[in-house]
Amino acid sequence: MTREEILNDLKNRFKDDILEVVDKTPKRVYIEIKPESLKKVALYIFKELKGRFNIASGMDERFHMEILYHFAVEDINLIISLRVKLQKNHLEIESLAPHFEAVNWIERELNEMLGINFKGHPDLRRLLLPENWPEGVYPLRRDYKEWDPNAIRDRGVS
Amino acid sequence: MTKTIVPIGPYHPLQEEPEFFTLTVEGEKIVAIDVRVGYNHRGIEKLSEKKTYDQSCFVVERICGICSTSHPFAFVQAVEDIAQIQIPERAQYIRTIIGEGERIHSHLLWLGLAGHFLGYNTVYMWAWKLREEILDVMEILSGNRNNYGMFKPGGVRRDIKAEDIPTVIKKIDSIVPTVEMLKKAVMDDPVLQARTKGVGILTKEAAMDFSALGPTARASGVRRDVRKDSPYAAYDRVQWDMIVLQNGDVFDKLVLRVLELFQSIKIMKECLLTLPPGEIDARLKTVPPGEGIGQHEAPRGECFHYVRSDGTNRPVRHKIRAPTFMNLPTYKATVVNQTISDATIILAAIDPCYCCTERVAVLDTKGTKIFSGGDLVRLSQEKTNRIRKEMGAC
Repeated sequence: MTREEILNDLKNRFKDDILEVVDKTPKRVYIEIKPESLKKVALYIFKELKGRFNIASGMDERFHMEILYHFAVEDINLIISLRVKLQKNHLEIESLAPHFEAVNWIERELNEMLGINFKGHPDLRRLLLPENWPEGVYPLRRDYKEWDPNAIRDRGVS
Repeated sequence: MTKTIVPIGPYHPLQEEPEFFTLTVEGEKIVAIDVRVGYNHRGIEKLSEKKTYDQSCFVVERICGICSTSHPFAFVQAVEDIAQIQIPERAQYIRTIIGEGERIHSHLLWLGLAGHFLGYNTVYMWAWKLREEILDVMEILSGNRNNYGMFKPGGVRRDIKAEDIPTVIKKIDSIVPTVEMLKKAVMDDPVLQARTKGVGILTKEAAMDFSALGPTARASGVRRDVRKDSPYAAYDRVQWDMIVLQNGDVFDKLVLRVLELFQSIKIMKECLLTLPPGEIDARLKTVPPGEGIGQHEAPRGECFHYVRSDGTNRPVRHKIRAPTFMNLPTYKATVVNQTISDATIILAAIDPCYCCTERVAVLDTKGTKIFSGGDLVRLSQEKTNRIRKEMGAC
Protein backbone atom coordinates (compact mmCIF):
# COMPACT_ATOMS: atom_id res chain seq x y z
CA MET A 1 0.00 0.00 0.00
CA THR A 2 1.13 3.53 -0.66
CA ARG A 3 1.27 6.31 1.89
CA GLU A 4 -2.08 7.81 0.76
CA GLU A 5 -3.83 4.44 0.81
CA ILE A 6 -2.61 3.68 4.32
CA LEU A 7 -3.68 7.09 5.64
CA ASN A 8 -7.11 6.91 3.99
CA ASP A 9 -7.56 3.40 5.32
CA LEU A 10 -6.66 4.55 8.83
CA LYS A 11 -9.10 7.47 8.59
CA ASN A 12 -11.94 5.17 7.49
CA ARG A 13 -11.18 2.31 9.81
CA PHE A 14 -10.93 4.47 12.93
CA LYS A 15 -13.22 7.36 11.97
CA ASP A 16 -14.90 7.34 15.38
CA ASP A 17 -11.58 7.26 17.24
CA ILE A 18 -9.61 9.91 15.39
CA LEU A 19 -10.01 13.51 16.52
CA GLU A 20 -7.55 15.22 14.22
CA VAL A 21 -5.06 14.31 11.48
CA VAL A 22 -2.15 16.66 10.84
CA ASP A 23 -0.38 15.65 7.63
CA LYS A 24 2.70 17.68 8.39
CA THR A 25 5.32 16.60 5.86
CA PRO A 26 5.78 13.63 3.48
CA LYS A 27 7.64 11.80 6.28
CA ARG A 28 5.57 12.83 9.33
CA VAL A 29 1.91 12.47 10.28
CA TYR A 30 0.41 13.36 13.65
CA ILE A 31 -2.93 11.75 14.51
CA GLU A 32 -4.83 12.74 17.62
CA ILE A 33 -7.03 9.97 18.97
CA LYS A 34 -9.33 9.43 21.94
CA PRO A 35 -7.44 7.97 24.92
CA GLU A 36 -9.82 4.97 25.13
CA SER A 37 -9.09 4.06 21.49
CA LEU A 38 -5.33 3.90 21.94
CA LYS A 39 -5.03 0.12 22.18
CA LYS A 40 -7.10 -0.50 19.06
CA VAL A 41 -5.27 1.99 16.86
CA ALA A 42 -1.77 1.35 18.21
CA LEU A 43 -2.04 -2.42 17.88
CA TYR A 44 -3.32 -2.08 14.32
CA ILE A 45 -0.31 0.05 13.37
CA PHE A 46 2.16 -2.20 15.19
CA LYS A 47 0.81 -5.60 14.14
CA GLU A 48 -0.92 -5.06 10.78
CA LEU A 49 1.05 -2.17 9.29
CA LYS A 50 4.29 -3.57 10.81
CA GLY A 51 5.05 -0.16 12.27
CA ARG A 52 8.19 -0.19 14.38
CA PHE A 53 7.60 1.37 17.78
CA ASN A 54 10.09 4.26 18.05
CA ILE A 55 9.21 5.56 21.48
CA ALA A 56 6.53 7.43 23.39
CA SER A 57 7.13 10.99 24.55
CA GLY A 58 5.14 12.61 27.31
CA MET A 59 4.64 16.27 27.95
CA ASP A 60 3.03 18.32 30.67
CA GLU A 61 0.89 20.96 28.92
CA ARG A 62 -0.97 23.74 30.67
CA PHE A 63 -4.41 22.13 30.67
CA HIS A 64 -3.71 18.49 29.94
CA MET A 65 -1.04 15.82 29.86
CA GLU A 66 -0.04 14.63 26.44
CA ILE A 67 1.53 11.39 25.24
CA LEU A 68 2.80 10.85 21.71
CA TYR A 69 3.33 7.28 20.54
CA HIS A 70 5.69 7.31 17.56
CA PHE A 71 5.59 4.46 15.04
CA ALA A 72 7.87 4.22 12.00
CA VAL A 73 6.28 2.45 9.03
CA GLU A 74 9.51 1.63 7.28
CA ASP A 75 8.18 0.46 3.89
CA ILE A 76 6.64 3.84 3.10
CA ASN A 77 9.16 5.99 5.01
CA LEU A 78 6.59 7.54 7.34
CA ILE A 79 6.47 8.21 11.07
CA ILE A 80 2.94 8.10 12.46
CA SER A 81 2.70 9.83 15.84
CA LEU A 82 -0.45 9.03 17.82
CA ARG A 83 -1.34 11.91 20.10
CA VAL A 84 -3.34 11.24 23.25
CA LYS A 85 -4.47 14.00 25.62
CA LEU A 86 -5.24 13.07 29.22
CA GLN A 87 -7.15 15.16 31.71
CA LYS A 88 -4.94 16.25 34.60
CA ASN A 89 -7.40 14.94 37.18
CA HIS A 90 -7.49 11.50 35.57
CA LEU A 91 -3.99 10.51 34.49
CA GLU A 92 -4.67 6.96 33.47
CA ILE A 93 -4.46 5.07 30.19
CA GLU A 94 -4.47 1.44 29.16
CA SER A 95 -1.03 -0.15 29.01
CA LEU A 96 0.23 -1.57 25.72
CA ALA A 97 2.97 -3.61 27.41
CA PRO A 98 0.92 -6.84 27.64
CA HIS A 99 0.62 -6.76 23.84
CA PHE A 100 4.19 -6.03 22.78
CA GLU A 101 7.46 -5.80 24.68
CA ALA A 102 8.84 -2.63 23.11
CA VAL A 103 6.62 -0.28 25.15
CA ASN A 104 7.42 -1.91 28.49
CA TRP A 105 10.28 0.36 29.53
CA ILE A 106 8.97 3.67 28.25
CA GLU A 107 5.68 3.20 30.11
CA ARG A 108 7.68 2.68 33.29
CA GLU A 109 9.63 5.85 32.51
CA LEU A 110 6.49 7.92 31.81
CA ASN A 111 4.97 6.61 35.01
CA GLU A 112 7.81 7.83 37.21
CA MET A 113 8.59 11.04 35.31
CA LEU A 114 5.06 12.37 34.75
CA GLY A 115 2.92 10.26 37.07
CA ILE A 116 0.75 8.63 34.42
CA ASN A 117 -0.79 5.33 35.48
CA PHE A 118 -0.67 2.58 32.84
CA LYS A 119 -3.57 0.24 33.59
CA GLY A 120 -2.60 -3.42 33.24
CA HIS A 121 1.16 -2.94 32.97
CA PRO A 122 2.79 -6.20 34.16
CA ASP A 123 5.71 -4.59 35.97
CA LEU A 124 5.27 -0.90 36.74
CA ARG A 125 8.41 -0.49 38.88
CA ARG A 126 10.70 2.51 38.68
CA LEU A 127 13.13 2.50 35.79
CA LEU A 128 15.46 5.48 36.16
CA LEU A 129 14.76 7.25 39.45
CA PRO A 130 16.59 6.09 42.59
CA GLU A 131 14.97 4.21 45.45
CA ASN A 132 15.04 7.18 47.82
CA TRP A 133 13.06 9.44 45.47
CA PRO A 134 9.80 10.37 47.26
CA GLU A 135 6.48 9.01 46.01
CA GLY A 136 4.32 11.47 44.15
CA VAL A 137 7.16 13.77 43.02
CA TYR A 138 7.40 13.81 39.23
CA PRO A 139 10.49 15.55 37.80
CA LEU A 140 9.21 16.27 34.29
CA ARG A 141 6.07 18.06 35.44
CA ARG A 142 5.93 21.84 35.06
CA ASP A 143 5.19 22.34 38.77
CA TYR A 144 8.22 20.30 39.89
CA LYS A 145 10.05 21.88 42.80
CA GLU A 146 13.35 20.67 44.16
CA TRP A 147 12.48 18.58 47.22
CA ASP A 148 15.94 17.74 48.53
CA PRO A 149 17.67 20.67 50.33
CA ASN A 150 21.08 19.06 49.76
CA ALA A 151 20.62 18.35 46.06
CA ILE A 152 23.05 19.71 43.52
CA ARG A 153 20.73 19.01 40.59
CA ASP A 154 20.04 22.72 39.98
CA ARG A 155 23.63 23.83 40.07
CA GLY A 156 24.61 25.65 36.89
CA VAL A 157 21.06 25.61 35.55
CA SER A 158 19.45 29.01 35.51
CA MET B 1 17.71 -27.79 42.06
CA THR B 2 18.41 -24.73 44.24
CA LYS B 3 18.21 -21.37 42.56
CA THR B 4 21.06 -18.91 42.90
CA ILE B 5 20.90 -15.18 42.33
CA VAL B 6 23.74 -13.67 40.29
CA PRO B 7 23.93 -9.88 40.44
CA ILE B 8 26.00 -8.39 37.63
CA GLY B 9 27.58 -4.98 37.72
CA PRO B 10 27.15 -2.43 40.47
CA TYR B 11 27.90 1.07 39.44
CA HIS B 12 30.92 3.11 38.63
CA PRO B 13 30.59 6.87 38.17
CA LEU B 14 33.54 7.12 35.79
CA GLN B 15 32.03 4.96 33.12
CA GLU B 16 28.83 5.71 31.32
CA GLU B 17 25.67 3.67 31.12
CA PRO B 18 26.03 1.58 34.27
CA GLU B 19 23.61 -1.29 34.49
CA PHE B 20 22.81 -3.85 37.13
CA PHE B 21 21.80 -7.32 36.05
CA THR B 22 20.33 -9.91 38.36
CA LEU B 23 20.69 -13.38 36.91
CA THR B 24 18.90 -16.26 38.56
CA VAL B 25 20.77 -19.49 37.85
CA GLU B 26 20.18 -23.17 38.42
CA GLY B 27 23.64 -24.68 38.47
CA GLU B 28 25.21 -23.33 35.28
CA LYS B 29 21.95 -22.47 33.54
CA ILE B 30 20.39 -19.01 33.64
CA VAL B 31 16.65 -19.22 34.33
CA ALA B 32 15.70 -15.55 34.74
CA ILE B 33 17.17 -12.09 34.25
CA ASP B 34 16.30 -8.65 35.51
CA VAL B 35 17.95 -5.37 34.56
CA ARG B 36 18.17 -2.20 36.63
CA VAL B 37 19.28 1.01 34.90
CA GLY B 38 19.32 4.68 35.83
CA TYR B 39 22.38 4.84 38.07
CA ASN B 40 23.80 7.73 36.14
CA HIS B 41 20.59 9.46 35.08
CA ARG B 42 21.69 13.01 34.26
CA GLY B 43 18.34 14.59 33.41
CA ILE B 44 19.56 15.82 30.03
CA GLU B 45 16.01 16.08 28.66
CA LYS B 46 15.14 18.55 31.41
CA LEU B 47 18.48 20.34 31.08
CA SER B 48 17.95 20.78 27.35
CA GLU B 49 14.76 22.77 28.02
CA LYS B 50 16.94 25.38 29.72
CA LYS B 51 19.46 25.67 26.88
CA THR B 52 19.27 27.33 23.49
CA TYR B 53 19.23 25.17 20.37
CA ASP B 54 22.93 25.82 19.78
CA GLN B 55 23.83 24.93 23.36
CA SER B 56 21.64 21.81 23.34
CA CYS B 57 23.67 20.54 20.44
CA PHE B 58 26.76 20.44 22.67
CA VAL B 59 24.81 19.01 25.61
CA VAL B 60 23.48 16.05 23.62
CA GLU B 61 26.95 15.40 22.18
CA ARG B 62 27.96 14.48 25.74
CA ILE B 63 25.29 11.81 26.19
CA CYS B 64 27.62 9.11 24.88
CA GLY B 65 31.39 9.25 24.80
CA ILE B 66 31.82 6.60 22.12
CA CYS B 67 29.16 7.53 19.59
CA SER B 68 29.24 11.22 20.45
CA THR B 69 28.06 12.52 17.07
CA SER B 70 24.91 10.36 16.92
CA HIS B 71 22.83 12.51 19.23
CA PRO B 72 23.67 15.89 17.66
CA PHE B 73 23.02 14.26 14.25
CA ALA B 74 19.47 13.29 15.29
CA PHE B 75 18.90 16.52 17.23
CA VAL B 76 19.82 18.91 14.40
CA GLN B 77 17.55 16.98 12.07
CA ALA B 78 14.67 17.33 14.54
CA VAL B 79 15.23 21.11 14.65
CA GLU B 80 15.48 21.24 10.86
CA ASP B 81 12.24 19.24 10.70
CA ILE B 82 10.50 21.98 12.71
CA ALA B 83 11.98 24.80 10.64
CA GLN B 84 11.54 22.90 7.34
CA ILE B 85 14.83 24.08 5.90
CA GLN B 86 17.14 22.41 3.42
CA ILE B 87 20.76 22.33 4.42
CA PRO B 88 23.57 22.79 1.84
CA GLU B 89 24.73 19.68 0.01
CA ARG B 90 28.32 20.03 1.17
CA ALA B 91 27.17 20.06 4.80
CA GLN B 92 25.17 16.88 4.19
CA TYR B 93 28.26 15.14 2.83
CA ILE B 94 30.40 16.30 5.75
CA ARG B 95 27.76 15.02 8.20
CA THR B 96 27.81 11.64 6.46
CA ILE B 97 31.61 11.45 6.63
CA ILE B 98 31.64 12.19 10.38
CA GLY B 99 28.79 9.75 11.01
CA GLU B 100 30.54 6.90 9.21
CA GLY B 101 33.95 7.61 10.74
CA GLU B 102 32.29 7.23 14.09
CA ARG B 103 30.67 3.96 13.08
CA ILE B 104 34.06 2.54 12.06
CA HIS B 105 35.76 3.37 15.34
CA SER B 106 32.76 2.28 17.41
CA HIS B 107 32.53 -1.12 15.68
CA LEU B 108 36.30 -1.61 16.07
CA LEU B 109 36.02 -0.82 19.76
CA TRP B 110 33.29 -3.44 20.15
CA LEU B 111 35.20 -6.00 18.11
CA GLY B 112 38.26 -5.58 20.32
CA LEU B 113 36.29 -5.98 23.53
CA ALA B 114 34.35 -8.97 22.20
CA GLY B 115 37.73 -10.54 21.38
CA HIS B 116 38.93 -9.84 24.91
CA PHE B 117 35.85 -11.42 26.51
CA LEU B 118 36.29 -14.52 24.40
CA GLY B 119 39.98 -14.86 25.18
CA TYR B 120 41.31 -13.50 21.88
CA ASN B 121 43.57 -10.77 23.16
CA THR B 122 45.36 -10.48 19.81
CA VAL B 123 42.09 -9.43 18.16
CA TYR B 124 41.65 -6.93 21.00
CA MET B 125 45.07 -5.36 20.37
CA TRP B 126 44.74 -5.32 16.58
CA ALA B 127 41.26 -3.82 16.61
CA TRP B 128 42.22 -1.04 19.01
CA LYS B 129 45.37 -0.28 17.04
CA LEU B 130 43.22 0.19 13.93
CA ARG B 131 40.83 2.37 15.89
CA GLU B 132 43.70 4.79 16.57
CA GLU B 133 44.08 5.39 12.83
CA ILE B 134 40.41 6.33 12.55
CA LEU B 135 40.64 8.60 15.59
CA ASP B 136 43.56 10.33 13.85
CA VAL B 137 41.36 10.78 10.78
CA MET B 138 38.63 12.30 12.95
CA GLU B 139 41.18 14.64 14.46
CA ILE B 140 42.29 15.81 11.02
CA LEU B 141 38.67 16.36 9.94
CA SER B 142 37.17 17.91 13.06
CA GLY B 143 40.05 18.87 15.34
CA ASN B 144 38.99 16.36 17.98
CA ARG B 145 39.48 12.64 18.47
CA ASN B 146 36.03 12.47 20.00
CA ASN B 147 33.20 14.92 20.85
CA TYR B 148 33.73 16.51 17.45
CA GLY B 149 31.49 19.56 17.88
CA MET B 150 30.83 19.55 14.12
CA PHE B 151 27.06 19.80 14.12
CA LYS B 152 24.76 22.79 14.36
CA PRO B 153 21.13 23.22 13.35
CA GLY B 154 21.32 24.25 9.71
CA GLY B 155 24.69 22.81 8.79
CA VAL B 156 28.14 22.01 10.13
CA ARG B 157 30.59 24.16 12.03
CA ARG B 158 33.78 23.30 10.23
CA ASP B 159 34.68 22.71 6.61
CA ILE B 160 36.91 19.90 5.33
CA LYS B 161 40.03 21.29 3.67
CA ALA B 162 40.82 19.99 0.18
CA GLU B 163 44.48 19.44 1.08
CA ASP B 164 43.52 17.10 3.95
CA ILE B 165 41.51 14.72 1.78
CA PRO B 166 44.46 12.72 0.26
CA THR B 167 45.98 12.16 3.74
CA VAL B 168 42.62 11.03 5.11
CA ILE B 169 41.97 8.63 2.23
CA LYS B 170 45.47 7.17 2.60
CA LYS B 171 44.86 6.56 6.30
CA ILE B 172 41.47 4.95 5.68
CA ASP B 173 42.95 2.71 2.96
CA SER B 174 45.73 1.66 5.31
CA ILE B 175 43.31 -0.09 7.68
CA VAL B 176 41.58 -2.15 4.97
CA PRO B 177 44.14 -5.04 4.79
CA THR B 178 44.04 -5.51 8.58
CA VAL B 179 40.23 -5.43 8.64
CA GLU B 180 40.36 -8.11 5.90
CA MET B 181 42.64 -10.12 8.15
CA LEU B 182 40.28 -9.72 11.10
CA LYS B 183 37.39 -10.79 8.90
CA LYS B 184 39.25 -13.99 7.92
CA ALA B 185 40.20 -14.58 11.56
CA VAL B 186 36.54 -14.36 12.57
CA MET B 187 35.05 -16.33 9.68
CA ASP B 188 37.58 -19.18 9.53
CA ASP B 189 38.30 -19.84 13.18
CA PRO B 190 36.59 -23.09 14.25
CA VAL B 191 37.04 -22.33 17.96
CA LEU B 192 35.36 -18.94 17.65
CA GLN B 193 32.52 -20.54 15.73
CA ALA B 194 32.08 -23.24 18.37
CA ARG B 195 32.05 -20.53 21.03
CA THR B 196 29.58 -18.09 19.46
CA LYS B 197 27.38 -19.96 16.96
CA GLY B 198 23.93 -20.73 18.32
CA VAL B 199 24.67 -18.72 21.47
CA GLY B 200 22.21 -16.06 22.63
CA ILE B 201 19.85 -16.27 19.68
CA LEU B 202 17.42 -13.40 19.13
CA THR B 203 14.72 -14.64 16.77
CA LYS B 204 13.25 -12.43 14.07
CA GLU B 205 9.86 -12.45 15.83
CA ALA B 206 11.44 -11.37 19.12
CA ALA B 207 13.43 -8.63 17.35
CA MET B 208 10.17 -7.27 15.91
CA ASP B 209 8.37 -7.55 19.25
CA PHE B 210 11.11 -5.67 21.11
CA SER B 211 11.46 -3.22 18.18
CA ALA B 212 15.19 -3.98 18.29
CA LEU B 213 17.46 -1.66 16.34
CA GLY B 214 20.66 -1.53 14.35
CA PRO B 215 23.04 -4.51 14.22
CA THR B 216 20.99 -6.31 16.88
CA ALA B 217 17.97 -6.40 14.54
CA ARG B 218 19.91 -6.83 11.29
CA ALA B 219 21.70 -9.93 12.61
CA SER B 220 18.25 -11.46 13.20
CA GLY B 221 17.10 -11.06 9.60
CA VAL B 222 15.21 -7.77 10.02
CA ARG B 223 15.88 -5.33 7.17
CA ARG B 224 15.98 -2.19 9.26
CA ASP B 225 18.34 0.73 8.79
CA VAL B 226 17.28 4.37 8.94
CA ARG B 227 19.94 5.22 6.37
CA LYS B 228 18.03 3.12 3.80
CA ASP B 229 14.44 3.33 5.15
CA SER B 230 14.37 7.08 5.50
CA PRO B 231 17.45 8.45 3.72
CA TYR B 232 18.95 11.63 5.13
CA ALA B 233 22.25 13.53 4.75
CA ALA B 234 24.06 12.00 1.73
CA TYR B 235 23.17 8.34 2.32
CA ASP B 236 20.95 8.14 -0.76
CA ARG B 237 23.63 9.66 -2.98
CA VAL B 238 26.35 7.05 -2.44
CA GLN B 239 26.39 3.35 -3.26
CA TRP B 240 26.35 0.95 -0.34
CA ASP B 241 24.59 -2.21 0.83
CA MET B 242 22.65 -2.94 3.99
CA ILE B 243 24.13 -6.05 5.62
CA VAL B 244 21.48 -8.45 6.92
CA LEU B 245 22.22 -11.85 8.47
CA GLN B 246 19.72 -14.50 9.51
CA ASN B 247 20.67 -16.43 12.64
CA GLY B 248 20.56 -13.76 15.34
CA ASP B 249 23.31 -15.39 17.44
CA VAL B 250 26.49 -13.81 18.77
CA PHE B 251 28.45 -15.04 15.74
CA ASP B 252 26.15 -13.23 13.31
CA LYS B 253 26.32 -10.04 15.34
CA LEU B 254 30.12 -10.31 15.25
CA VAL B 255 30.28 -10.94 11.49
CA LEU B 256 27.70 -8.25 10.77
CA ARG B 257 29.76 -5.56 12.46
CA VAL B 258 32.92 -6.63 10.62
CA LEU B 259 31.09 -6.53 7.28
CA GLU B 260 29.60 -3.14 8.12
CA LEU B 261 33.11 -1.78 8.58
CA PHE B 262 33.72 -2.27 4.84
CA GLN B 263 30.48 -0.50 3.93
CA SER B 264 31.33 2.43 6.19
CA ILE B 265 34.81 2.70 4.69
CA LYS B 266 33.19 2.68 1.23
CA ILE B 267 30.66 5.41 2.13
CA MET B 268 33.30 7.56 3.78
CA LYS B 269 35.69 7.33 0.83
CA GLU B 270 33.03 8.01 -1.77
CA CYS B 271 31.80 11.05 0.15
CA LEU B 272 35.33 12.42 0.47
CA LEU B 273 36.03 11.92 -3.24
CA THR B 274 32.75 13.45 -4.45
CA LEU B 275 32.48 16.23 -1.85
CA PRO B 276 30.50 18.97 -3.64
CA PRO B 277 31.68 22.60 -3.33
CA GLY B 278 29.63 25.34 -1.72
CA GLU B 279 28.28 26.61 1.58
CA ILE B 280 28.31 24.54 4.77
CA ASP B 281 25.66 26.41 6.75
CA ALA B 282 22.06 27.39 5.96
CA ARG B 283 22.19 30.07 8.70
CA LEU B 284 19.12 29.07 10.63
CA LYS B 285 18.14 32.20 12.55
CA THR B 286 14.89 31.37 14.33
CA VAL B 287 13.01 28.16 15.02
CA PRO B 288 9.26 28.58 14.44
CA PRO B 289 6.69 27.02 16.82
CA GLY B 290 5.96 23.41 16.05
CA GLU B 291 7.27 19.92 16.58
CA GLY B 292 9.87 17.82 14.80
CA ILE B 293 11.45 14.40 14.80
CA GLY B 294 15.05 13.54 13.96
CA GLN B 295 16.47 10.08 13.36
CA HIS B 296 20.01 8.89 12.82
CA GLU B 297 21.34 5.37 12.43
CA ALA B 298 24.01 5.36 15.13
CA PRO B 299 26.50 2.45 15.37
CA ARG B 300 24.11 0.70 17.79
CA GLY B 301 20.85 1.54 15.99
CA GLU B 302 18.46 4.42 15.51
CA CYS B 303 18.81 7.51 17.70
CA PHE B 304 15.47 9.26 18.01
CA HIS B 305 14.92 12.88 19.05
CA TYR B 306 11.58 14.63 19.39
CA VAL B 307 11.68 18.40 19.83
CA ARG B 308 8.80 20.79 20.52
CA SER B 309 9.30 24.48 19.96
CA ASP B 310 7.18 27.44 21.06
CA GLY B 311 9.00 29.93 18.87
CA THR B 312 11.55 31.02 21.47
CA ASN B 313 15.24 30.10 21.29
CA ARG B 314 14.81 27.09 23.60
CA PRO B 315 12.87 23.84 23.15
CA VAL B 316 9.86 23.34 25.42
CA ARG B 317 10.23 19.57 25.23
CA HIS B 318 13.14 17.47 24.04
CA LYS B 319 12.69 13.70 24.13
CA ILE B 320 15.82 11.63 23.56
CA ARG B 321 15.74 7.90 22.86
CA ALA B 322 19.12 6.17 22.56
CA PRO B 323 19.25 2.82 20.72
CA THR B 324 20.28 0.84 23.80
CA PHE B 325 16.94 1.74 25.40
CA MET B 326 15.26 -0.56 22.85
CA ASN B 327 18.07 -3.13 22.56
CA LEU B 328 18.73 -3.70 26.25
CA PRO B 329 15.37 -5.39 27.06
CA THR B 330 16.13 -8.08 24.43
CA TYR B 331 18.31 -9.71 27.10
CA LYS B 332 15.08 -11.23 28.38
CA ALA B 333 14.89 -13.23 25.17
CA THR B 334 18.57 -14.01 24.62
CA VAL B 335 20.12 -14.82 28.01
CA VAL B 336 17.57 -17.24 29.48
CA ASN B 337 18.55 -20.93 29.12
CA GLN B 338 22.19 -20.06 28.38
CA THR B 339 25.14 -20.83 30.66
CA ILE B 340 26.90 -18.34 32.95
CA SER B 341 30.13 -18.53 30.96
CA ASP B 342 28.23 -17.28 27.91
CA ALA B 343 26.45 -14.49 29.79
CA THR B 344 29.25 -11.93 29.37
CA ILE B 345 29.42 -12.22 25.60
CA ILE B 346 25.63 -12.32 25.15
CA LEU B 347 25.22 -9.25 27.34
CA ALA B 348 27.96 -7.60 25.30
CA ALA B 349 26.61 -8.68 21.90
CA ILE B 350 24.12 -5.83 21.57
CA ASP B 351 27.06 -3.45 22.13
CA PRO B 352 25.96 -1.54 25.19
CA CYS B 353 28.63 0.53 26.84
CA TYR B 354 30.95 -1.86 28.55
CA CYS B 355 31.12 -0.85 32.18
CA CYS B 356 28.42 -3.30 33.22
CA THR B 357 29.85 -6.50 31.86
CA GLU B 358 33.31 -5.76 33.21
CA ARG B 359 32.20 -5.52 36.80
CA VAL B 360 30.28 -8.70 37.14
CA ALA B 361 29.89 -10.38 40.54
CA VAL B 362 28.41 -13.78 41.23
CA LEU B 363 26.73 -14.33 44.60
CA ASP B 364 24.98 -17.34 46.09
CA THR B 365 21.59 -17.02 47.81
CA LYS B 366 23.11 -15.90 51.10
CA GLY B 367 24.87 -13.06 49.32
CA THR B 368 28.31 -14.64 49.51
CA LYS B 369 30.51 -13.66 46.63
CA ILE B 370 31.54 -16.58 44.45
CA PHE B 371 33.05 -14.86 41.44
CA SER B 372 34.15 -11.30 40.82
CA GLY B 373 33.77 -9.49 37.51
CA GLY B 374 37.25 -10.43 36.39
CA ASP B 375 36.48 -14.05 37.28
CA LEU B 376 33.52 -14.12 34.91
CA VAL B 377 35.63 -12.82 32.02
CA ARG B 378 38.21 -15.47 32.99
CA LEU B 379 35.46 -18.11 33.01
CA SER B 380 34.51 -17.07 29.49
CA GLN B 381 38.14 -17.15 28.34
CA GLU B 382 38.69 -20.58 29.91
CA LYS B 383 35.74 -21.99 28.04
CA THR B 384 37.32 -20.86 24.77
CA ASN B 385 40.61 -22.49 25.77
CA ARG B 386 38.82 -25.71 26.64
CA ILE B 387 37.13 -25.81 23.24
CA ARG B 388 40.46 -24.96 21.63
CA LYS B 389 42.10 -27.98 23.33
CA GLU B 390 39.22 -30.30 22.48
CA MET B 391 39.54 -29.33 18.85
CA GLY B 392 43.29 -29.77 18.94
CA ALA B 393 43.83 -26.19 17.90
CA CYS B 394 46.73 -25.59 20.23
